[in-house]
Amino acid sequence: MGHPLHQPMDEQYKTTMDADRAPVIEPGHTFATVTEKISAIVLTRPASNGWFLGFGICFMLTMMMLFAIGYLFLKGIGIWGVTIPIGWGFAIVNFVWWIGIGHAGTLISAILLLLRQSWRNSINRFAEAMTLFAVAAAGIFPAIHVGRPWLAYWLFPYPSTMNVWPQFRSPLMWDVFAVSTYATISALFWAMGLIPDLATLRDRSENRWTRMIYGILALGWRGSARHWHRYETAYLLLAGLATPLVLSVHTVVSFDFAIGIVPGWHTTIFPPYFVAGAIYSGFAMVLMLAIPIRKIYGLEDFITERHLQNSAKVMLATGLIVAYGYGIEAFMGWYSGDRYDAFTMWNRLHGPYAISYWSLLICNIFIPQVLWIRKLRTSPVALFFISGVILIGMWLERFIIVVVSLHRDFLTSSWGMYYPTRWDWMTYIGTIGMFLAAMFLFLRLLPAISIFEMRTLLPQAEVKAE
Amino acid sequence: MKRDPIYGMMAEFDTPTGLVEAARRTSHAGYKKIDAYSPFPIEGLAEEVGFHHDEVPLVVLIGGLIGGLTGYLMQYWMAAVDYPLNIGGKPPHSWPAFIVITFEMTILFAGISAVFGMLALNGLPMPYHPVFNVPRFALASKDRFFLIVFSSDKKYDRVETRKFLESLEPRSVSEVPS
Amino acid sequence: MDEQNKAKREDICPSKRDKLDLKSVRSEIDRAGKTGPEYWRSLEELAGSPDFQEALHREFPKGASEWLDSVSRRGFLKVMGASLGLAGMTGCVKLPLEPIVPYVRQPEEVIPGRPMFYATAMTLGGYANPLLVESHLGRPTKIEGNDKHPASLGGTDIFGQAHLLGMYDPDRSQSVMSMGDQRSWQSFLAAMRGPLNAQKAVHGAGIRILTTTISSPTLADQLRNFLKTYPEAKWHCYESVNRDNVLEGAKMAFGQPVETRYDFSKADVIVSLDADFLSAGFPGNVRYIRDFAKRRDPDGKMNRLYVIESTPSSTGAKADHRLPSRAADVEGFIRLLIHGGHPLSEVGFKNLYVASAGLTEDQFRFLAPLEMDLLWNHRGAGVVVPGDHQPPSLHALAHFLNEESGNVGKTVFHTDPVNANPINQTDSLKDLLADMNAGKVDMLVILGGNPVYDAPADCGFKEALLSGRVPLRIHLGLYQDETAELCQWHVNQAHELEAWGDARAYDGMVSIIQPLIAPLYGGKSPVEFVALLSGQADSTGYDLVRTYWQKQHTGTDFEQFWRKSLHDGWIEGTALVPKSVQARSSSPPPQTVPADPNTIELNIRRDPTIYDGQFANNGWLQELPKPMSKLTWDNAVLIGPKMAERMGIQTKDVVELELNGKKVKGPVWIQAGHPDNSVTVTLGYGRTRAGRVGTGMGFNVYPLRTSTAFATGVQIRKTGEIYQLASTQGMQSMDTPDGATRPLVRETSLEEYHKEPKFAQEEQPAAATTLYPPYQYQKETYAWGMSIDLNRCVGCNNCILACQAENNIAVVGKEQTLLGRHMHWIRVDAYYQGDRDNPKAFFQPVPCMQCENAPCEVVCPVGATSHTPEGLNDMIYNRCVGTRYCSNNCPYKVRRFNFLLFQDWDTPQYKMMRNPDVSVRSRGVMEKCTYCIQRINERRIDIENASVQQGKDLRIGDELQTACQQSCPAEAIIFGNVNDPNSRVSKLKAQDRNYSLLGELNTRPRTTYLAEVRNPNPELEG
Repeated sequence: MGHPLHQPMDEQYKTTMDADRAPVIEPGHTFATVTEKISAIVLTRPASNGWFLGFGICFMLTMMMLFAIGYLFLKGIGIWGVTIPIGWGFAIVNFVWWIGIGHAGTLISAILLLLRQSWRNSINRFAEAMTLFAVAAAGIFPAIHVGRPWLAYWLFPYPSTMNVWPQFRSPLMWDVFAVSTYATISALFWAMGLIPDLATLRDRSENRWTRMIYGILALGWRGSARHWHRYETAYLLLAGLATPLVLSVHTVVSFDFAIGIVPGWHTTIFPPYFVAGAIYSGFAMVLMLAIPIRKIYGLEDFITERHLQNSAKVMLATGLIVAYGYGIEAFMGWYSGDRYDAFTMWNRLHGPYAISYWSLLICNIFIPQVLWIRKLRTSPVALFFISGVILIGMWLERFIIVVVSLHRDFLTSSWGMYYPTRWDWMTYIGTIGMFLAAMFLFLRLLPAISIFEMRTLLPQAEVKAE
Repeated sequence: MKRDPIYGMMAEFDTPTGLVEAARRTSHAGYKKIDAYSPFPIEGLAEEVGFHHDEVPLVVLIGGLIGGLTGYLMQYWMAAVDYPLNIGGKPPHSWPAFIVITFEMTILFAGISAVFGMLALNGLPMPYHPVFNVPRFALASKDRFFLIVFSSDKKYDRVETRKFLESLEPRSVSEVPS
Repeated sequence: MDEQNKAKREDICPSKRDKLDLKSVRSEIDRAGKTGPEYWRSLEELAGSPDFQEALHREFPKGASEWLDSVSRRGFLKVMGASLGLAGMTGCVKLPLEPIVPYVRQPEEVIPGRPMFYATAMTLGGYANPLLVESHLGRPTKIEGNDKHPASLGGTDIFGQAHLLGMYDPDRSQSVMSMGDQRSWQSFLAAMRGPLNAQKAVHGAGIRILTTTISSPTLADQLRNFLKTYPEAKWHCYESVNRDNVLEGAKMAFGQPVETRYDFSKADVIVSLDADFLSAGFPGNVRYIRDFAKRRDPDGKMNRLYVIESTPSSTGAKADHRLPSRAADVEGFIRLLIHGGHPLSEVGFKNLYVASAGLTEDQFRFLAPLEMDLLWNHRGAGVVVPGDHQPPSLHALAHFLNEESGNVGKTVFHTDPVNANPINQTDSLKDLLADMNAGKVDMLVILGGNPVYDAPADCGFKEALLSGRVPLRIHLGLYQDETAELCQWHVNQAHELEAWGDARAYDGMVSIIQPLIAPLYGGKSPVEFVALLSGQADSTGYDLVRTYWQKQHTGTDFEQFWRKSLHDGWIEGTALVPKSVQARSSSPPPQTVPADPNTIELNIRRDPTIYDGQFANNGWLQELPKPMSKLTWDNAVLIGPKMAERMGIQTKDVVELELNGKKVKGPVWIQAGHPDNSVTVTLGYGRTRAGRVGTGMGFNVYPLRTSTAFATGVQIRKTGEIYQLASTQGMQSMDTPDGATRPLVRETSLEEYHKEPKFAQEEQPAAATTLYPPYQYQKETYAWGMSIDLNRCVGCNNCILACQAENNIAVVGKEQTLLGRHMHWIRVDAYYQGDRDNPKAFFQPVPCMQCENAPCEVVCPVGATSHTPEGLNDMIYNRCVGTRYCSNNCPYKVRRFNFLLFQDWDTPQYKMMRNPDVSVRSRGVMEKCTYCIQRINERRIDIENASVQQGKDLRIGDELQTACQQSCPAEAIIFGNVNDPNSRVSKLKAQDRNYSLLGELNTRPRTTYLAEVRNPNPELEG
């Protein structure tokens, strides 16, 4: 079976030699060098002061988040800016933002795998890790944003003494299933991908303890041909399953709004444009992480210009889909002839939160257009900043959908304003800290790049027919 | 019965090509119980060591079906049978609303059965395995390729098999104690 | 502000001296050897003592509840205003010792869980407000109007509703105080003996009694007797919101004080001269609203309302023609109607023009049609109502106009004054001050009221007290307020729900005030207090009132008469009979000098919700939106849009008002429809000793208030400060900023209505196309629904408080209200449309719509809100996890969320007050209008029992009423079974005017509206 991991190497080279593209992996590497270079980060290379500093800061931020949440449990969500009519605020905005970011990993691992984009081999591992941490960060919010967080588990269908069940017509229930399924599957996908590399670490590590630990985690993997065969089948099937899943997750998240009757929510364009937006922000985050990592750990050989370029192109494409989404929203506001939709659009453009909408257009639509320029597509610095802009833009998008739609709905008498409190900010920034702290640990403890998949990219990996 | 002190005979190769070639010759030579080890998946190698049908897809299919059914029936039973409620004037069995969760459950179950099915069929986790007794086998997770003939093979013979393996121009041949 | 608060708290919780533990309390009581009710009584006496307070605070440490408390004014909700008497009573209630007569059943028939209703009354400005109080096991829990009493017919006003909270207010004075120390009633008695004896010698020359307006026959009789024994003593009356102008106007017109009352049910044309007769606080407003509303039916003979007013009011909002005008200009304008007895049209344009030099275009257009309507077309079927704050000359003028148009005897009636002591209160106070400053007063007895706070600034009452020229100052009051502070003795007054008394309604009909519960803090009623002064210290209020009426009653059947009077809530044949009074002259009275049109007028009015300040500590009233501005927790400087533009002032800007040297700072609220060159401020705020709720809220305008008719020439200066004002309404217009208009309140003119009766029913959804079969509600026996008649609603906000009391709705405080987190289950939206200087105004009460296709239910992940077969949209509080998704998806935004722990779980008083049939919601759950499901179910049980007993299948009919419906004075809210074609609600819903709010969303609301129809004068249209 023509497995993408073993495309004939000449094709591999044709692509890599292609003038328009940098190679997936710089020439001159052997199985040994690849293995060494990547595992060294975990096994031999000592943690730099920079690492400790970065991790320290992020850890503090995580503690700040825990403090904010503790206070929340003590007093109630009244400490946040949410109110009537704006029943959802930062919590849901951040939830959607994080979930969106969490889409890149699975997308890269699964969809690009099916599309035989072998270049994804060098970025899928930490993209998946990022996914997991992003989903974890996202998962915090739905749990704590409810009025009685200690009862949030009531959203799961378990046989309770009350003899009542969840209400499955609610998009929030769909969310529960979609997000938890997504978290599970991405975790499995990631863990499964790690097994052979853990075996490598087991066999490479000098220290008895680390050997023991990695040994346990490696589950006794020994690279038998039979095992590899089942492994790949499973991996491919998992990719096949994860693909519709990753598309469904943000579709379901978009249902939280699309199913509602609030003007600005109740629209059919949401699923595709949410998914596109998710990928958009996901790749932005991947780049924001990949660019410093490859620099600091000298992985330019494995994460090459070509990866940057391709990611940039994906962002450009999804960005245009998102722009189309905005366009349709505006058009429908006018075309539907519905006075409430029309006003919602007016309110975005001229209302009290107009600044956020205009910034959104600048961040998500205008600035990313510079990616048409090849020079910028290949410039790590430029990409880093553009990605940052896009992440801000995507956050604003969710803010506009959630808050700006709610604050002026049907009855003018019930219009209101939303002012986030310091607790909102502490929680939000805290999750960013937690996310990065997790990334820091991941870099130190696990191979940030899939070693065995990198091996397959080497010319030596090819079985020559006699 | 008393266990064979020898687990098998192992040959070490430098390249995937070498390994595949060796595996092919070994099985042609009539050895049935053989296996190969490599630091990354090598296409066709499994077939050479006599592995022909893979049960993982079936496991996944069954898992998916169970998941889907569970998903829909759970919702139907909870919403329409066990505790029907009038929610916004919608009937207890509002099937269109149940589709999303049915889908998610299908994926969840299928995914789980894929991973755990694979592990189970591979007999993992297995912390101890005789092949680990060969010191150089540590390289199997780096850049070396190994072929093994199990002592349980009818044709297995300490001298003959070693001779045969050496004829495959390996880097080295070593006996694997069990 | 918070520091202030704490300071006050210290004041309220008296000095802590040596310790005392509960054991010694027990022994104390055992020694007293008292049992039963007496036991409890003695307990409170004990509870009064500071040691006891001390012990108590160790029992319930203050801090215990504080950590849950936000930094908001909700502070008051949390403080332990407890005494053990109360702590005990939450379990065990003390019934009054005397037999009080239940409205429907005998007291000995108390069935746990079955409320009983007692007829009583509250007084405001001397006028009785007949009430029916629901009592659960001896705890008054809800107040309704007395539906048999002509002054109520079942309706109440907001003060009637809030009366309940007033009774349970933990900040009420809880003991006799002297110089800051707690004393017993006995020690007060002892202290009085000496001075009184001393006065006997001089025939009471040094005694002055200062009361509020009194209509109570018993009390008046007592005071007169007192004056007999002390002939030299004087009885003064003062209340800041008084009717001096009415009185003087009557004297001017008829040479004698008369009470004027109106019959709006017979009035085709109503002309309000700055009279807000549809708002709470106006004598007789409850009945007036009922009669007025009845005549707003476009299918019947609809009345026409002209309003000339100096500040936007709910009366003006209902007007068919409204003319904003400075208070001082009203008289000059209305005078133009009078010119030698023939229509203006005949007099001709020129004369009029000359006569009315200096009229604005609006006023000019207004005049002729108004005159035609009032003086010619509807003779004998019109009413001219002057506002209480207008000068006597205008009242006299109004009398003249009523005579002219032959209304007297038909729609306008004159009777003897309801006020037992009809004197000019401003003068009375001035006399008193003169005596005080002259050192003639040895003993000043202040019976209720708070003159230190609310006396006119220019007479300097406070200074007089401070000067010490009055050796002995005694105060009887509900609170230890500003006045109590300056008196040596303060006696804690019993609340009207705790004490015996009597009072006259606006029509003079006497109601007996019977206590629902024995005084929580052993207070004394005015009747008992005066009895003490007259040396009958030991006689109880019950004896006093009863004996008085025994004297009045001729005939032998007194017992029966007494029981009936208590039972019905009024005394037969006490209503004042209309009498014909002779006008002094056939020509209009002389005009008070008109004010310079170019100076700015300061228009000081009583506050719509906290009146003159006596309700400042009432959380319900503080958080109740003012009818027009929807402001809560504050008063503001109301100015018109034109003026604001001219002076470059924005809402929330703090301005300084200066009037002859006196300065006051307050935030501005730009009020659409407010006349130019005029500012309106309301009384009652800026209290310094109101209690935990009221102290420090808003700004005090009394310093600007003088005893002259109009205050003009006020200076306004911008201070540059900004002050947050908490309005409960997001936007008061149906026109959105994008230029579109939303058909929320649908309105047309009578003419148009006759042409196109179904005008309101456009935009209703087409037959629903859905994947799902619709639920078959029509199969059920009951399908609950509500119809709200926007034509009848006068925006009095009474429904909001009725609901708050019935459903145990929490007060959230100003900070939370600012964030939009108020909890009212029903709100009254006020919208303005058209010219901002004289807009049309609309009221729209919005409870839960109980949608059949409820958007809220579908999105709840845990099914915490779902539908009953009878079409109720239920909230299951226990199941709610608080995602707030339902609220987001509710197009009417009627759902309310407990963002913090808004409910007070500690204060015993509030525990006693709550309705036991309604669960108290805690933090983190959603709540909303339930159509008073507890009432539905109670009625259902009754009817089912009855069916079984009578062996026939009975059905719930229109007798079932929701709380908002029951006390609505306008009968604007009708609830019932829409499956019964003969129910009132079905008939209303069948009307052409019926429409659903946001019906185009196909939510299929069960609450629908009857569109508004106005009856403008065709000549004035366009």
